[in-house]
Amino acid sequence: MFDILQYSFIQNAFIASFFVSIGAAIIGYFMLVRGLTFAGHAFSHVGFAGAAGAVWLGVNPIYGLLAFTIAAAIGIGSLGKELRERDITIGIMFTLALAFGVLFLFLYRGYAEEAYSILFGTILGISSLTVLITAFFSLMTIGLVLLVFRPLLFSSFDPEVAEARGVPTQKLAIAFLILVAITVSVSVQVVGVLLIFTLLVGPAATAIRLIKGPYQTIGLATVLGLLYSWISIFLAAETNLPVSFYIATLSFGVYLPVRLLVKKNI
Amino acid sequence: MIELLQHQFIQYAFLSGTIIAIVSAIIGYFVVLRAQAFAGHALSHIGFAGATGAALIGVSSLTGTFIFTILAALGMGFLGKRIQGRDVEIGMILSFALGLGILFLKLYTTNANEAVGILFGSILSVTSYDLLLSIISACVSLLLLLIMFRPLLFASTDPEVAEARGVPVQLLSIIFMVLLALTVTEAILVVGVLLVFALLVAPAATAQHIAKRPLTTIVLSVALGLAFTWGGLFLALFLHGPVSFFIAGLASIIYLLAVPFYHTISPHLYKPLPHADRENKFTVEI
Repeated sequence: MFDILQYSFIQNAFIASFFVSIGAAIIGYFMLVRGLTFAGHAFSHVGFAGAAGAVWLGVNPIYGLLAFTIAAAIGIGSLGKELRERDITIGIMFTLALAFGVLFLFLYRGYAEEAYSILFGTILGISSLTVLITAFFSLMTIGLVLLVFRPLLFSSFDPEVAEARGVPTQKLAIAFLILVAITVSVSVQVVGVLLIFTLLVGPAATAIRLIKGPYQTIGLATVLGLLYSWISIFLAAETNLPVSFYIATLSFGVYLPVRLLVKKNI
Repeated sequence: MIELLQHQFIQYAFLSGTIIAIVSAIIGYFVVLRAQAFAGHALSHIGFAGATGAALIGVSSLTGTFIFTILAALGMGFLGKRIQGRDVEIGMILSFALGLGILFLKLYTTNANEAVGILFGSILSVTSYDLLLSIISACVSLLLLLIMFRPLLFASTDPEVAEARGVPVQLLSIIFMVLLALTVTEAILVVGVLLVFALLVAPAATAQHIAKRPLTTIVLSVALGLAFTWGGLFLALFLHGPVSFFIAGLASIIYLLAVPFYHTISPHLYKPLPHADRENKFTVEI
């Protein structure tokens, strides 16, 4: 049963998803309390264009993902509030990004296969170098969040008071968006552009209903995220079905009963 | 160029593109007016599971998409206001639908082309059956829309007053959701699940930045929708690129160019859209 662990691509998948799950759970918690879950969805779509562009240029897709999502984070963060509120403008900008993703992949020859793996994840085909890059960026994100943990928490729950107490809420907000962008970029490799929600928001949204206190919630979310991705990699390797399908099913299957049974004002 | 138009698949592409662009532009006008762009987005994602699930049981992917989106639309219509402000819940359901789509795809075939066709459109491989289904669905949608045009317009602009005057607002909104599902399904055929915004929202949103009165806006929206679709098809045929890139690219760029007109021409039209997130208790300024 544990024979599969001997394969290096399985080991790579387990190691990469370990780092990704921890980062995603922490960032996911803050996205939830800041009401920014939509940004994760949006960034991942922009990331598609970046990944596709990188594939076309023959670079590792992670660099394209990072470049495009961080640019989107800075762009959205520095836009006026009025413009940001226009769903339609943002929706159309992301449509444009996706369209360019399609073009880049079309220009690259292995069109369909590449598109498929960016959209739905490639964790079982991840290279050792990408594992290192993923670990580096995940640890960096986790470290940075820990560094600004208390002011970030304060400004997420009570921005006015935090502002009045001298917390640089505006700068924190942009910094946080950049961290979201990095987390989205590394998570895309595990679950793909389209299922980013399942790893980024799913565990945190479940944990926040089950437990009190930010530390406990983040802890539980991390455990859930790790369980989802490890169980899924294991099942996928055994049954030869896509990893992201299992992650989506586990994430939704645990979230749904919790959402229906636990009454809590989120 | 003329020789190209003699190919049957190109004639089918233009014919279905034309019909779908017209319907999408008209339905899109109401989508923008009713601030339901997000519903269109959600329906298209659920359509992905339908399209791939259909392949699994052997019906055409268009039929599967119709079934899934209509069921989802009915659900959303009956839940009505209760689903507003539920970003996380909606996101989780959409992700699950996409996850199911991947499973269906894997069970049915390992062919990634199939997935890409559904996600990014396959207008150049429309079959005569797809064409027929689009024509029927377009006629039904337009007829229904014509019948309920005035009450729907009333209910969309001022639901409280409409309700008080005896307009069946709830019923209208359910019927409209079903029409939206039909339209999204057709738009998926042209631009794919991920680029539905390009046909459904972009023409109408651009038109509303330029024109004021409903009929003028709808006519302009249809004209824009046709221009994007035909322009996209021609560019794709000339430059040998993906059709949906050109349609979505044209639509987005024209829209973004029209945005500056917004405040200069009709500043009073600006009304912040009720995005789901905004009702979240924890929502803070980014």
